[in-house]
Amino acid sequence: MDFKYLWLIPLCPLIGVFINAFIGHLLPRKVSGAIASLAVLGSLIVSVMGLLHLLGLPEDQRVLHQSLFDWIATGAVHTQVAFVLDPLSAVMVCVVSGIGFLIHVYSMGYMAHDPRYPRFFAYMNLFTFAMLLLVLADNFLLMYVGWEGVALCSYLLIGFWFERPSAAAAGQKAFIVNRVGDWCFILGMLFIFVTFGSLTFQDVFAKVAAAPLAVPTVTMTIICLLLFAGATGKSAQIPLYVWLPDAMEGPTPVSALIHAATMVTAGVYMVARCHILFVHAPVALMVVAGIGAATALFAALIGLVQNDIKRVLAYSTVSQLGYMFMACGVGAFAAGIFHVMTHAFFKALLFLGSGSVIHAMHDEQDIRRMGGLSRWMPVTTWTFWIATLAIAGIPLFSGFISKDQILWYAFSSPLGGVVLWTVGVVTALLTAFYMARVTYKTFHGQPRMDEETQRHIHESPASMSIVLILLAVGAVFAGFLNMPEALMKIAPIGWLTHLFGASAETFSDFLAPSVGTQADVARALEMLHRQIVPTSHVWEMRLMGVTVVLSVLGIYAGYQMYVRKPGSAWSIARSAPWLYNLLLNKFYVDEFYKAVVVRPGMGLAYFLWRGIDVLVIDAIVNAVATIVGIFSHLFRGLQTGYVRNYAAGMVLGAIVVIWVLTR
Amino acid sequence: MHYNQCILSLLIFLPLAGAAVLPFFPRKAESAAKGFAFVLALITFALSVPLFFLYSSSGAVWQFEVQKPWIQLMGQPALTYHIGLDGISLVMVLLTTFLSAVAILGSFAGIKDRQKEYYALMLLLESAMIGVFCALDLVLFYVFWEAMLIPMYFIIGMWGGQRRIYAAVKFFLYTMVGSLLMLVAILVMVWINFKTTGELTFDLPKLYVMHLTAAAQTLLFLAFALAFAIKVPMFPFHTWLPDAHVEAPTAGSVILAGLLLKMGTYGFLRFCLPLFPNASLHFAPLLVTLAIISIIYGALVALRQPDMKKLVAYTSVSHLGIAMLGIFVFTLEGLQGGVYQMISHGLATGALFLLVGMIYERRHTRQIADYGGIYSVMPKYGAVFIIITMASIGLPFLSGFVGEFLVFLGSWMRNPWYAVLGASTAVLSACYLLWMVQRVLHGPMTNEENKSLLDLSAREIAVLTPLAVGVIFFGVYPKPILERVEPSVLRIVQTVENARQASISPSVPSTESRRTHASPALAQSAEQPDQLEILHTR
Repeated sequence: MDFKYLWLIPLCPLIGVFINAFIGHLLPRKVSGAIASLAVLGSLIVSVMGLLHLLGLPEDQRVLHQSLFDWIATGAVHTQVAFVLDPLSAVMVCVVSGIGFLIHVYSMGYMAHDPRYPRFFAYMNLFTFAMLLLVLADNFLLMYVGWEGVALCSYLLIGFWFERPSAAAAGQKAFIVNRVGDWCFILGMLFIFVTFGSLTFQDVFAKVAAAPLAVPTVTMTIICLLLFAGATGKSAQIPLYVWLPDAMEGPTPVSALIHAATMVTAGVYMVARCHILFVHAPVALMVVAGIGAATALFAALIGLVQNDIKRVLAYSTVSQLGYMFMACGVGAFAAGIFHVMTHAFFKALLFLGSGSVIHAMHDEQDIRRMGGLSRWMPVTTWTFWIATLAIAGIPLFSGFISKDQILWYAFSSPLGGVVLWTVGVVTALLTAFYMARVTYKTFHGQPRMDEETQRHIHESPASMSIVLILLAVGAVFAGFLNMPEALMKIAPIGWLTHLFGASAETFSDFLAPSVGTQADVARALEMLHRQIVPTSHVWEMRLMGVTVVLSVLGIYAGYQMYVRKPGSAWSIARSAPWLYNLLLNKFYVDEFYKAVVVRPGMGLAYFLWRGIDVLVIDAIVNAVATIVGIFSHLFRGLQTGYVRNYAAGMVLGAIVVIWVLTR
Repeated sequence: MHYNQCILSLLIFLPLAGAAVLPFFPRKAESAAKGFAFVLALITFALSVPLFFLYSSSGAVWQFEVQKPWIQLMGQPALTYHIGLDGISLVMVLLTTFLSAVAILGSFAGIKDRQKEYYALMLLLESAMIGVFCALDLVLFYVFWEAMLIPMYFIIGMWGGQRRIYAAVKFFLYTMVGSLLMLVAILVMVWINFKTTGELTFDLPKLYVMHLTAAAQTLLFLAFALAFAIKVPMFPFHTWLPDAHVEAPTAGSVILAGLLLKMGTYGFLRFCLPLFPNASLHFAPLLVTLAIISIIYGALVALRQPDMKKLVAYTSVSHLGIAMLGIFVFTLEGLQGGVYQMISHGLATGALFLLVGMIYERRHTRQIADYGGIYSVMPKYGAVFIIITMASIGLPFLSGFVGEFLVFLGSWMRNPWYAVLGASTAVLSACYLLWMVQRVLHGPMTNEENKSLLDLSAREIAVLTPLAVGVIFFGVYPKPILERVEPSVLRIVQTVENARQASISPSVPSTESRRTHASPALAQSAEQPDQLEILHTR
């Protein structure tokens, strides 16, 4: 039986958009929020049905396709609005609609007092719609619709409280920085079209698979680099990551949606979707891995010293996305997507937990003025801890499993190596430390807020707490879907994994038809004459041991510095003030961009207007008019109106003509 | 008479008849004048809609064609009343009837004095514009072309702002210089045709197949191109535009940006490319360069404008630069994109001018600095503003994207660097438009006077809704337009391609190689099936 309901997945939230946009203000608040949540729930149900349907099909037939209508179709271009559900998009739609649904439910409580409640939900639904469109699209151009759609929605939602200049500016920054990436992405699409004659994934990938060496490697590399440049914008990688930390200006559920379910994962998804292009452009893959690793470390360093709870989380997202790209860069696309999924759980949990804190603290976001919240907010505290342990990579939490796979591939893949692995491990240490720092400073130690605030601190309402608990369950157990073979040998783990109905690397095997396996990557690289290094489980376990020790060490250091000896962090900072300031000011990258791009650009624009347009071009136009005017003024003197003057002129003229002719 | 036979003439002369009746309205019944004008424009639009459905993409080159003898010269039927539509002019006529109705409805609040004269001029303008797009006789075309200038001149000069006289004269003289050269070129062309064939005719389809030497093509091309480049306007002939826009009343700007500028791009498509394909090829690098400069320069200058209308005016320079880029890369995708960009720009920029006009009518200022935070008091206004802005930025599933994408695709096929530079508009347009949105709609409400701003009235919603729906619909479903325009655009591409083949073909003798001729395809619908075959095999 064929599955004909793919179109319902994006349609549900779109209907929600229309309801809330046009009649939302007429509805009671609860209804308006409920409609939005139900719309996403509808997508979730259809998505899960689609996933189950796929699972029921033999492995090589797990592709569902549905075309709706022609979109841009003229000449050689023929793009359709058409959807494809394969293992990769099935996982993505389930994550997007699942996490998205929980965030919607949470928002009903969080935004309860906002005057623009229906508008908020219309935007949230539009966001979900755009992201679902992005992952379901069967061609580059339709993916680009979602790609830009999420940029639009992030613009609208980051700037949701547009009365605040900082919020409006952050929304604008997000859109424009994304657009820089999109410029490259468009060019990448054009290059793909000109090279392969199609924009449909199936056509393009089939052509590459059929004749991998038909297209010069240089072309492939440029295409992949252009696409990846688009991904650096959307997924906040160096050099275009600058918008994401500012994006916390939006309401906290929006941050959760951007960081966990939608938007930033788009770049990773796109690279995984185009894996077949990337594996035929090893240089591009190396760039992906390099940028990913560099971003992971760079963002983690900044995250060490930030004092705004959401800002720390934002940098942790940038850093974790770096891991995902590192995975893609070494050809472990399934591991990258798996980290997308586990990250979605624990990052949504972290943001929504921070939302509960901010809610309780009356919009206070500075962790220096928090502390000891665990006594008032047990649910938030313990769910936040679960997410912290997951992101820090404490064994058997979901983040541990997905991150260790990435690190293992970073070490063992023919494209990886010791350097990548080292960067990854150092980042893991830093991550454990800064997350411990945030958690301890927020929930433990002495309360540092004033009495008035203290009196009002309360646990969030049930609608918000339940969401936290559900996400925590995912953050703990999601890893069992993709247990590495090495760990399966340990009896209790193997037993637990089977209890979840999974076996070793179930998730990666499921994704294999969409994103390939390590063996595929190796084959592609062999064709390009690259060495393959043999690997073993023994090494995998040893390296895992190193990361586990470092993660525990990171958390312990956080405990020592922020609970046992609260002054010690400050004395360390004072011992190297330049380093502390460098990190606190985020390596001055925003200032650098302002000085190198924004100011000169604005100056050039002003010069072109005042200097060229007014002083040169228009001045010439006016001068021509003036000169014509002067001449007409001169010649007007000749038009005397006297016949004798005209007669004299005619005679003179005749004489000249005769002289010229007879000369 | 059959609809097909009389519809175009009806469209041209119905508004004209209205313009003739309006001056006889008594002064006291002036408010009836605007209702009359609107109803008439609406009827004209309603009459034009069936054209779209009756037009057949696989039909004759010129449809709804009418040719009647008009003036005889030297015993020959030199001038004829020859009108007809191909796919390009079809969509332009529909855009004209639609935007004219919208502009007239949009003037109700802004125009308070000498109303009947104003609406008579608007209808006159509509007639002339429809005439320009329908005319297939060069003299007829030129008459309509010049006839457009006069009502526009008075609309700017009489209902405009402070420096309206300067702006109106500048507009008039600037375009006049171009069109006089064009007139000379028309006469020369007809004369050359008369000398070579012995037939004295101003009929465009007949002239499409004439023989022209390379030198003649060059001179004639330059004369036509200057007239059209001023109209578009292309850098560096654009400085009349910001002045005209700033001084023109709102509806004047809507018509100016939405339709009059398209006369330029339309002119290139209708005359320059098919009549002078060799010269077009020869000058393509120059025009592409100017188009790219227009795109980037217009965007950067727009960025720093303190006056909203001027800002939108410069965005037109940038956006029509994209259309010009698409036209002068001579690929099917590029030309399709160029035509689509014309339509999309008409809708989006028309709406932007209306939006600016609506707050101008409330606050009597267009300075961005006088606003800020008005989204909180005008939520409906803000929502429409953002939709239109996004269409203008080229967000996919809104109309602007379709044209831009096709243009960049077409230009990449010619030269990737064209696309690289042209697509920078993705970043630049976001910069100038979002920055304006931020300063006008967002931020805290700093100016006391803005606190009492009223949100959109029912009439204003009626004006804006069709435009907003249009930019969304044509962004999601461009197919009806693309498939109607495709055969017409393909003919132009083939003409240029044939010329390119002929000029590089070594088998042609050297004396002959300078003598080139356009494809007979343009004049003879008999060749239609072949072209469609080519079309489908692509």
